[in-house]
Formats: sequence, structure tokens, C-alpha cells
Amino acid sequence: MANLCGVVGIGQTKYDAKRIDVSMPGLVREAALRALEDADLDFSDIDAVVIGKAPDTFEGVMLPENYLADALGATGKPLLRVHTAGSVGGSTANVAISLITAGIHDRVLTLSWEKQSESNAMWGLTVSPPFSVAVVAGAGGFFAPLIRSYIRRSGAPEDTGIRTALKDRQNALKNPYAHLRIEDVDFDKIASSPMLWDPIRYLESCPSSDGACAMVLAREELAEKAPTPAAWVHGMSMRSEPTQFPGRDSVNPVAGQLAARDLYRQAGITNPRQEIDCAEIYVPFSWFEAMWMENLGFAPENEGWKMVYEGATALDGDFPVNMSGGVLSSNAIGASGMIRYAEAAMQVRGQAGEHQVEGARKAMGHAYGGGSQYFSMCLLGKDKP
Amino acid sequence: MRDVAIVSFAQSNAAREDRNEVEILLPVVKAAVADSKLERSEIGFTCSGSSDFLQGQPFAFVMALDGVGAWPPIKESHVEMDGAWALYEAWVKIQTGEVDSALVYAFGKTSSGDLAEVQALQLDPYCATQLWPDADSIAGIQARLYLERSGRSERDLAEVAARSLRDAQSNPHAVAKGDFDAAKLLAEPYRSTPLRDHDCPANSDGATAMVVVAGERAKALCDRPVWIRGFDHRIDPPALGARDLTRAPSAEIAAGRAGVGDAAVDFAELSAPYTHQELILREALGLGDEVRVNPSGGTLCAHTMMSCGLNRIGDAARRLAEGDGDRAVAHASQGHCLQQNLVCVLEGE
Repeated sequence: MANLCGVVGIGQTKYDAKRIDVSMPGLVREAALRALEDADLDFSDIDAVVIGKAPDTFEGVMLPENYLADALGATGKPLLRVHTAGSVGGSTANVAISLITAGIHDRVLTLSWEKQSESNAMWGLTVSPPFSVAVVAGAGGFFAPLIRSYIRRSGAPEDTGIRTALKDRQNALKNPYAHLRIEDVDFDKIASSPMLWDPIRYLESCPSSDGACAMVLAREELAEKAPTPAAWVHGMSMRSEPTQFPGRDSVNPVAGQLAARDLYRQAGITNPRQEIDCAEIYVPFSWFEAMWMENLGFAPENEGWKMVYEGATALDGDFPVNMSGGVLSSNAIGASGMIRYAEAAMQVRGQAGEHQVEGARKAMGHAYGGGSQYFSMCLLGKDKP
Repeated sequence: MRDVAIVSFAQSNAAREDRNEVEILLPVVKAAVADSKLERSEIGFTCSGSSDFLQGQPFAFVMALDGVGAWPPIKESHVEMDGAWALYEAWVKIQTGEVDSALVYAFGKTSSGDLAEVQALQLDPYCATQLWPDADSIAGIQARLYLERSGRSERDLAEVAARSLRDAQSNPHAVAKGDFDAAKLLAEPYRSTPLRDHDCPANSDGATAMVVVAGERAKALCDRPVWIRGFDHRIDPPALGARDLTRAPSAEIAAGRAGVGDAAVDFAELSAPYTHQELILREALGLGDEVRVNPSGGTLCAHTMMSCGLNRIGDAARRLAEGDGDRAVAHASQGHCLQQNLVCVLEGE
């Protein structure tokens, strides 16, 4: 990487089903101001803003970042809007990081958000498009067959998803920002929740949330002076592949494998399971944790479910995953990818509070989107690369 | 900064297309890649610009990528912005040293709805959109304020339109063109006072593709590489009552950062959908009366939203590559009343 980049400020809103206490500008500003406060900076210290969110149909505002420009202190500055489907929170951060590593800016504010209560995600995803057929099934309807295929291939026990959901829902109780904090959650409560898209139950699904997540990035010399030590970017990658074509493996997509390989190469990692301390992985439906453990090279093919079963991915396991409660607990769609990066950065900065992994030095953030076809990833370290 | 050259460019604009977005896009991408003399597998990065709302469905860019092709998997990104900003992201990616070349594309189909009305959705959703002010009406307010501040007249606007339409006659990609004189245009009724039909953009459907390559490789690929020498973009606040609509401060900052005034400018391609906006931009960019503006006819004569800014850069690059000038300024804008502006300074080898 040409120049080093550090994450020096992190801000999240409280995630909730309806943040009717704030407008869209109020929501994004809440996250931005917290990130600036964490970095002990203000808007005047920021050179450029990179903003991301999922489809504009989720709020009903066309190119809403133009409307949000002054709420984010972007007046007179460059403002870029990224949109790469569900992976957007990750890829937005990647674009922002590249502005630092390319030597173009000194400090960049990057922010991703969604205010789903302004509209209806199901509608936003299934409007009747010209020239083609509407699916009218939402994301769960799209991903359920992939999970069925995974179960068939791997022979994973049917309760793998329930166990993953239980772990994430218990982790969420340790995260003050989490949307879903179900105090009395247990195995039976999840198992007996309604089946939405077989094999995905209600409590194995992500919620629709309002929320925003922001990070302040800085070049090396400035990041060294951060009041809370920076999380250093050791690598970042993105890969895309088409939605469908004959022979495509949508359960274990090649684009995800290649992005992970590229990331580990940049970060000098040869044994990811050993060398990475914890990870925030994009898991909108419980089973995807097991699937992504394989796709990202943390487990051999068809054995990702064993990590769940053996408790390896629990907060006290040897490879904690989604310590924050993950996408299952907070899903402001456009923000979800950036929350993964931010939570990974919080781990190596020792800022994760009750869900802190003791001594975490290297943490991974991951996002995916579209039909499991867009991937963005980042590796963050306590030490400089 | 690494030197980056525009080595190929292709576009398509039509007043109304029967084809869908992907069908419009594919031949354009194919042409740009073929003209670049690179194999698709050699291109390091792909970045596109489009708008879901324009297409009327979420993830407009996903279907485009399926058509364009991404197998084996590629390094790829997308901005919900005019393609000029996709070019900017690609240029940044090349600056990181991770890749040496990029395919950039953009597309937009304005005929699927009433574009001026659709653009009301870009306004404050709590206080302004419900009033449904269309883009032509908002531009009319800006034009009125500009004429009052500058002392210019409706005749000056008609002169911009007449010159643009005349120049567009030699551009096969312009959708509005013809030999009109200003006096005759002024006899037409108002659309949104003080703007008449000729002051408003000819909305169009189309797509744009471009290949950019860094350094020595670019020299080997084309007879006269056109280099990106300055590149910057800035934004102004959104509220129409909060800024001086008669000026474009963000364009002025971007022009300064891109180095527009560092040397003589042979011509400029400015993305001004409305005639008065060309005059505001001329002032903001510091372009004197001697600088020829929009030899292509400009965005006024082919307003393919999401593509038209990238078209300005491509049109300027093509003209330089053909030896018609040595240094040009290309500009893109987004949002109502020139809220967001991008400036790219190009030089022929």
C-alpha cells in the first residue's frame, strides 16, 4: 500500500426499527459527530466525505447525499457516493481508505447509513421493474435456497443456524448500539419462532433498522497522533462476479474466495484462522456464518458449521465472530458493512466494551451483497503493517 | 500523481430508446474496449455510474454488470453518481498503484418517466419534494436570479442555445441540433420563465464507456494520449434558499484545485443542462470569452442523465486526441442548480 491509513474515529447511532426522533440529516450527523468526537476533531479537519447506502428506493430520496451534504460538513469539499448493493458499507470504506493511501487527502470522513423506516425494504426490493419480472420475495426468499444447498452439501446439523443466531443474539446484549436486544433469548425461543423462508426462522433473520456508522480515516503521521490509538489498515479488497450463469457456485462464490486471498496476501497472512484474532462478518441470515467461514478460508469446505458447533466463533471461543451481535442484531442495510469494519477497528483499539475480545491485535471486517456476488473486506491491526 | 490517459471513449444518445439499459450499454462498452486495444482481462478495475431511481428499480447496476461481464471475478465498484465520478474513483484506484488501467461506464434512460418531475425526488424529502417542484421550474428561479445579478438578458441565453444547437450539427451523438438564430428562438413561448424550451435540456437515453490507462502503456496504445492533468470535485449545500444560486462556488473551488487557470485553455466542455448555467460556469471556472465552450453542443443538446458528465470528458478527450487543441477543461455537474461540480483538466501529448 502506497501510504498507510489509520482509523482514528468511530461513531455509531443507536440502531432501531424507527428512529423517528431524527430526520435523515439528523441520523447521519449523529454518527458523524460521534466519530469526530472519538478522533478529537471537527468538520473543519476533514478533507473529503465518502458516503454509502443501499438502494435509494429504501428512503424514496434520489441521490440523497446531495441533500445530506451540509449535515455532514461537506460544503466546499469533495463528496462521493458509493452503491454496491449490500456490500456498500464495506466498499464505501474501501474507497475512502484509497483516498488516503493514494495520497490525495489527509483526513477523510466515511459514513454509511439507511433509514428503512422512511419506506419499506420489501417494497424497495420488489418494485415492478420495466422489462423484467419482480421476485416479490425479499432477500430471505433469495438466500434460502442457497442455505438449503449448503445443508445438503455439508451435511450440517439442522440446528446450526439456531446456534449461530443464539450466539449473535447473546452478543448483542453486550452491545449498547444493537437494535435487537432480546433479554430472554434461548435456543427454544429461536427454534419455535415462525419459519419465514425455510430453513430461515424469524429469529434467524436480520431486522430492518434505521442507523448510521461513521469512521474518520487519517494518513500515517496524523493517525499516530490520534487520542485513542488508531486501527491500522493492513489490507482491503473487493471482488464482483455476475449474479448467475451456468456452473456458478453461489454457495461458495469464487469472488469471495479471491477477495479473501487478496486481503491475506496484502496483510502477509498465511494462516488466517491462527493469525486473525476475531472477525465481523456479514451474516444477515444465521446460516451464512458457517458458509462464510469456508468461503473466507477459516474452515475447510463443508466444515464451517463445525466452528459454530464447537463454539469456536463464540465470544470466548478461539475465533470469535460477530462479537457485536452482527447484522442479525442491527441491519441498517447500507451501514451494515461499515459497522463490520468499525466493530473490527474497535476490537483492535480496545474500544469494544463488554464485547471486547481480550488482546485482539488483528481483526477482519467483511461485507457482501447482491446475489452473494459483491464482496468487500478489510483487515485492521493494532500495530502498523 | 501517476499520469493517467484516456485511451478510448464511446457513447450513445437517443431521444427515446426502445432498448433497455443493458442493451444500450453493451455495444458502447464493447466499442470502448475494442478501441483501447486492451483485452478485457488486462483491464485492472471497473467502475460505473447510474441511478436506481432513473431506472425505476433497485440495483440497476447489478444487471448492467451481468451484461458487461465479470467472470472470472473482477475488481469492481459503482457510484450512484454521474459517470464522471466513476472515472474519478477509477483515477484514485490507479493512484494507489494497485491497478494500471480501468474501464469506466455509465448509463441512464430518462424517457422512462418525466425527468423534470423525477428530479423533484432529489430535494428535501420532508419539506420540498411534497410540493413537487420540477427541475425546469427550479432552474427558472436560478435563471431569473442570475439575469438580475449579472445584467445579462434572455437574448444572451438564446445565443448560448443557438450556438450549441449549431455546433451539435457536427456531433452525431447530439439529439437536439439545427441552425437557429437567437431572434427566432426568443419568439417562442416560455416553459419556465425566463426559460424557453431551447434553454432546457434535450433529455435523452444512452450510455458511455471509457478506458483509462496509466503511464508508458498509454503511450503505446494511442497516437496522441490525452492526459488527466487536474481532477477535483466539490459540493455546495442543498437548500435552494441557503446559497447564492447565481454562482457555483463548488465549481470555482474545483477549478482552482484542478489548475484550470495555470495555463491557456483551448476549449471547454461544460455539463450545463440549462443555458444560463453555462454562463454561471464560465464565470466560476474563470474562462474568458475567447475560450470556446461546448463544441459538441454540450449537455443542453443531449442530456443523458448519469452519462452526460462523462460524455463531456470523453468529448473533450476525443477532440484533443484528434489534434484540435492542446489543453481542455471538462466539467460534470449533479444536483439541482449546479450543486455538485467536477472539473477535469486534459492535455494532449
